[in-house]
Amino acid sequence: MTPDDILTRKGRAPEGRGKVLALACGALAREIGALIEANGWDHLDLACLPAILHNTPDAIPARVEEAVLRHRAAYARIFVVYADCGTGGRLRATCDRLGVEMIEGPHCYAFFEGTDSFLARAEDEFRAFYLTDFLTRQFEAFVIAPLGLDRHPELRDMYFGHYKKLVYQAQTDDAALTEKARACADRLGLAFERRFTGYGDLARALARA
Amino acid sequence: MADDDEIILSELEDDDLVQQMMDDLYDGMKAEIEESVNILLERGWTPYDILTKALVAGMTIVGHDFRDGILFVPEVLLAANAMKGGMAILKPLLTETGAPKMGKMVIGTVKGDIHDIGKNLVGMMMEGAGFEVIDLGINNAVESYLEAMEAEQPDILGMSALLTTTMPYMKVVIDTLVEKGIRDDYIVLVGGAPLNEEFGRAIGADAYCRDAAVAVETAKEWVARKHNRMAGMQQAAAG
Repeated sequence: MTPDDILTRKGRAPEGRGKVLALACGALAREIGALIEANGWDHLDLACLPAILHNTPDAIPARVEEAVLRHRAAYARIFVVYADCGTGGRLRATCDRLGVEMIEGPHCYAFFEGTDSFLARAEDEFRAFYLTDFLTRQFEAFVIAPLGLDRHPELRDMYFGHYKKLVYQAQTDDAALTEKARACADRLGLAFERRFTGYGDLARALARA
Repeated sequence: MADDDEIILSELEDDDLVQQMMDDLYDGMKAEIEESVNILLERGWTPYDILTKALVAGMTIVGHDFRDGILFVPEVLLAANAMKGGMAILKPLLTETGAPKMGKMVIGTVKGDIHDIGKNLVGMMMEGAGFEVIDLGINNAVESYLEAMEAEQPDILGMSALLTTTMPYMKVVIDTLVEKGIRDDYIVLVGGAPLNEEFGRAIGADAYCRDAAVAVETAKEWVARKHNRMAGMQQAAAG
């Protein structure tokens, strides 16, 4: 298993250091790790739930709650690094009940671009399919296999027929990853656009954690 | 599920053929479903019986196994595609043979949302259950729903959304119906992955439907209630 496969399927345990735990989606582990290192945020520890929960958002609130309850005694505070992520407000309700903060906005695509500008653009861009760095690297695990496109490529247009383009939100400058994202777009029959976002609102949210 | 070795569909007895159709639906075998539908028609089955006893019964099993986590979206889509093949043969015949009509539904995905897999499954299962379905497709503004409801006078309005960002638009549509004083003329059903019962209640829908099978049962129940209420009002007026 590659480190990304582990983040997809198993997540990541905290290291047991720092006073604040960032409890995040595994899809954000690299980015959060990079921000912690770049900013010298020694007070922050990082634990991740399996990123593949992205595909079953119904399960996210209960998994977050279980993790908060399991870890809260060891930290002064827990910051949940999830946006709504398709939970229809249920994750917000869970976090409010537990008294922990989470990220504003609908999903990571929004906070990587900056939630306000993403939402402002949403009306003109609802035929876009988004990939981040992590999702590009894990395209097979998150898109191709769960949708059965490896076994039944003929289903592609039933899933993606109404989409126009794939927007690759690049958190880093990585030519090989850009080429992989372009290949993902080709495979889905979509136009390709690379949009450099960096870490967007994620950096600002973590700075408050 | 099905054993595909050398099964000659035309040689199967009716009961075995129906069982085989359920297996073929489960396995998403469109060509076999189409062949079996034609065989049963040649044997004198009514289109309605083929639809309900083979196709809908088979898709109900698919729906239950999807709900229970045994089947996943790709398998359901393949099954739906197979059912669609059978429906395409039966649909024109159903009208000719006077199959029972349960009611009419206008259904569409809301503005800003292009996801239609769930909506299409609901539409197909509703047709299978005897509802006439007017499918407005994706990305529907409130005007589109209103226009269709004015033109079609359905019993039911169905709205679908997959995104957290688009599901609030359902409330815009319902509020508009309220403003125009026509909210209670329709049964409003909503569905989609991020929704739940609480959301359905909060926006003023009649019911949230978790999946296509629930949508059909809910629609039948609400249409029956509506008919009972209208019959009661007529009786009261007459008395």
